[in-house]
Amino acid sequence: MSAWDQALWVAFILLNFLLLGTSRLSVCVRVLSAQGFLLAALPWLSSSAITGHTVVLSAASALLKGLVFPWFFMRALDAAEVRREVEPYVGFGASLFVGLAALGFCVWLARALPHPSAVSNVALPASLFALMTGLFLIVSRKKAITQALAYLVMENGATALGMALLHWEPLVVELGILLDLFAAVFVMGIAVYHINREFDHIDTDRLNYLKD
Amino acid sequence: MTMIAALVLLPLLAGLAALLVRRDGPRRTVLLLTAFVHLGLSASAWRRAPAPLWNGWLALDPAGRLFLGVTSLLFAVAAVYAVGFLAREEKGKQKDADEAGAFFLNGPEAIFVGCLLFFFSAMTFVTVCQHFGLLWVAVEATTLASAPLIYFHRNHRSLEAVWKYLVVCSVGIALALVGNLFLAVAAAPNGGPAVPLVLSEILNQAGHLNVPWLRAALVFFFVGYGTKMGLAPMHTWLPDAHSESPSVVSALLSGALLNCAFLALWRAAQTGVAAGQAAFVQDLFLILGLASLAVAAVFILGQTDFKRLLAYSSVEHMGVIAFGMGIGGSGVFAALLHSVNHSLVKGMLFLLAGNILAAYRTKAVAQVRGVSRLLPVTGPLWLAGFFAISGMPPFGTFLSELLIVKAGLDSGRWGVTGVFLLLLTLVFIGMSRCFLNMAQGRPDGNGLVSPTKEKRIAFLPSLFLGALSLWLGLTVPGFLQRLLQETAARWGG
Amino acid sequence: MADGSMTNVFLAAVLSPLLLGVINRTKAFFAGRKGVPLGQAYYDAAKLLRKGMVLSRTTTPVFWLGPVAGLAAMTSALLFVPLGGLPAAVSFPGDWILLAGLLALARFLTVLSALDTGSSFEGMGASREAFFASLTEPVFLSALAALSLKGGASSLNDLCAFASTLFAENLPAAVLVAAALFIVYLTENARLPVDDPNTHLELTMIHEVMVLDHSGPLFGYVVYGTAVKLWIFGSIVVSVCPLFRAASAPFGVLVALAGLLAVAVLTGVVESVMARLRLLRVPLLIAGAGVSAVVGAILLTGVGR
Repeated sequence: MSAWDQALWVAFILLNFLLLGTSRLSVCVRVLSAQGFLLAALPWLSSSAITGHTVVLSAASALLKGLVFPWFFMRALDAAEVRREVEPYVGFGASLFVGLAALGFCVWLARALPHPSAVSNVALPASLFALMTGLFLIVSRKKAITQALAYLVMENGATALGMALLHWEPLVVELGILLDLFAAVFVMGIAVYHINREFDHIDTDRLNYLKD
Repeated sequence: MTMIAALVLLPLLAGLAALLVRRDGPRRTVLLLTAFVHLGLSASAWRRAPAPLWNGWLALDPAGRLFLGVTSLLFAVAAVYAVGFLAREEKGKQKDADEAGAFFLNGPEAIFVGCLLFFFSAMTFVTVCQHFGLLWVAVEATTLASAPLIYFHRNHRSLEAVWKYLVVCSVGIALALVGNLFLAVAAAPNGGPAVPLVLSEILNQAGHLNVPWLRAALVFFFVGYGTKMGLAPMHTWLPDAHSESPSVVSALLSGALLNCAFLALWRAAQTGVAAGQAAFVQDLFLILGLASLAVAAVFILGQTDFKRLLAYSSVEHMGVIAFGMGIGGSGVFAALLHSVNHSLVKGMLFLLAGNILAAYRTKAVAQVRGVSRLLPVTGPLWLAGFFAISGMPPFGTFLSELLIVKAGLDSGRWGVTGVFLLLLTLVFIGMSRCFLNMAQGRPDGNGLVSPTKEKRIAFLPSLFLGALSLWLGLTVPGFLQRLLQETAARWGG
Repeated sequence: MADGSMTNVFLAAVLSPLLLGVINRTKAFFAGRKGVPLGQAYYDAAKLLRKGMVLSRTTTPVFWLGPVAGLAAMTSALLFVPLGGLPAAVSFPGDWILLAGLLALARFLTVLSALDTGSSFEGMGASREAFFASLTEPVFLSALAALSLKGGASSLNDLCAFASTLFAENLPAAVLVAAALFIVYLTENARLPVDDPNTHLELTMIHEVMVLDHSGPLFGYVVYGTAVKLWIFGSIVVSVCPLFRAASAPFGVLVALAGLLAVAVLTGVVESVMARLRLLRVPLLIAGAGVSAVVGAILLTGVGR
């Protein structure tokens, strides 16, 4: 069981690297979907008992993060009629390099924090790494839609962190969080649509009118 | 038991109703009715704390009651103003205030009123949440509910502001979620039985919290909820969002939402103080507070847009509150009093700014002259507001800022208090230039300005808030003082 | 300093052109053709050795260095390469760095001889090859360094042995390192998706254009050298995989050869299903391999069990 566990966490890390290095938006959306399914599968492999809570959460997560959000994004991309390229401030090779440095830092951080031994040792660095990847992508990618995507990657990282630390929020709270995410994606999607209509592009680089 | 449910559900259901109602008149009636009924409920909550709900997950502790009251009051006043605002907004294309030759449309009024009520419901939810997970959900909900409000005047600047607001605040709040997780680990470090993330339970465990994890959690909470509160350097969304939204929304964002974020941070930091990490918490507050003051000072000196000026002033006052918390001791009481005072004054100022904008059709300070002549009530109130926001007697802000300085000097921290005073002076210099230039002089008669007799619905809300602030400056009423002392006593578990 | 037998070297010398034949036959199979005979590379080499040479007037004796000295370097590199379970002929701590150095020497000499012709096509190919090599070498070295960080052992022999044990212990790390090595294998040997060995357009060539001007015996050495390089990297990949390691001598040889065959077929399959990457994308592929190797290293060292 724990071998599968570790393999899934490593796959999680590799998906984040794929996000850092790819230049195609559709790949980004598919990686997000894959992350959603991975996170839905992880509770089934951890050592704690499978409760109704796990089942509901896993199903909701798979549905929302694996299917609904990617579908939203693809629809937003179609409506915005943008070129399906990720436009970076920091080049892809440099992003991969930053990712490696970040992974090293996360591994170090995970060792510095004393945590319960029940947790798989790759889990904590992997989830911290996902958080950092999300943050880095928000800062280093130009298009508004990639920023929304990167926000979801951050949230995936936070959820993964919860799993890594073997901490389960009550069902109500988890569903509330998912609902919030759903609303966030919904609102951001509408905002991107409006940005595209207003500006004819979704380049946040050019959203710089307001300044002092 | 049902009081708390009513407080949260009433605006939520009213919001749904507002979305469904077709005619403007009934919709505005729903808004006003909800606001005043809610105000009544909050007032009765002040007198007698309602019973907790859901096994203590939703409860009104003293801090919650305080901020609920302020929020409710401000919303009621803003709702009155909003009715006047919606009535005077033109349907169809309007001329853009800042860009010559540009036009913009307004969003649908139903969405505006509906989102206002959803926003209010979310803020109420923040004040009643004792469970950190639910608290997170509530704070994120306030972000999402207020985004459409900022985009009411549909032009590219407000769109830019909305996007920044969404991204920066959501990212910040996501970090607060990590803080939640770390706090949970701190509460059960050896994989023992999980402690529910309810404030009272965590405080009970305070002696056993794992310190490194707790510190990490506190850092994430400060960065996360601090973003929402507008503390520098995470404040970047604030000037844009608060200046591009309609004035009534700005008043609520500055006066109520920042306080709710502060409440979330308060609850999180309480765990740290109870666990003996008070020095660490105070350091964090001090650093963020002084940084906010410094940033606000830099950007207020030489500010050319009066709504942005007010927005940066919000950053400044959040810095003052954080500074007060950082000093500790009686500074905590002073910081709480200051948050109440700031809400009242900032609400008043933004509502007045709305009147000025409607009359002059520009947000540039250079082009607004002679407000006191053109608008006979708004003008003097604007000046009074300036005195209030700069912390001059006899307004409430003077008292709270004085108490903070006193607390600083009493605790022997002369250096930081000196810096604090210096920064406040810089802010005062910057603001005086703008406010006084706007208030004095003769109104420009080149067709930009159309003299309007001031409607009562436009100035009465601000007058009321100004009067309240004056009252609080002359005397802190007993019930408020008791509540503030109760709240401050909870600090430190 | 362990002395293995020269079996590996002997087998490489004799059988390496066969690998080229297997790859070509696999591609032909995918294309629905019958394809050239398996031993075509032998026939080519033999034919070329009998032919006369045409040397351009702009060339100098340096022109001979590429094929001749390059081949010498590569065959000496064979000394350090294990084959499946069979140990390398010569092994000592750090010999994999010497191996990388010998291969780099061979490449350097090829580039020199390409530049020596004074032709712009060859210069272009040389610059591309040097660029990709500058990316691939760190990846190769870091993949091996990843193994040595944890394995502690430092000869290529021991590293490959350690890597094969990893598959049981720490599967993700092993897969990552093996994947990195496979991509290095494809890049160094100028295979698709990095470079198309069958292209006849000079502008799209990378490796083939460098040796465009060689003819006769020199070109024969070049063909043979390609085969030897293929064998070197192929046997590293095979030795890392635990499937193809068997201890006992005659059985071990057969198993290892089967492994090499499998790698060759896999190369053919990869070449048949993928198109060539755009030149600007190749660095990303190599960077991906580098990431794979470093993540494997991090998993091996940083994350304790």
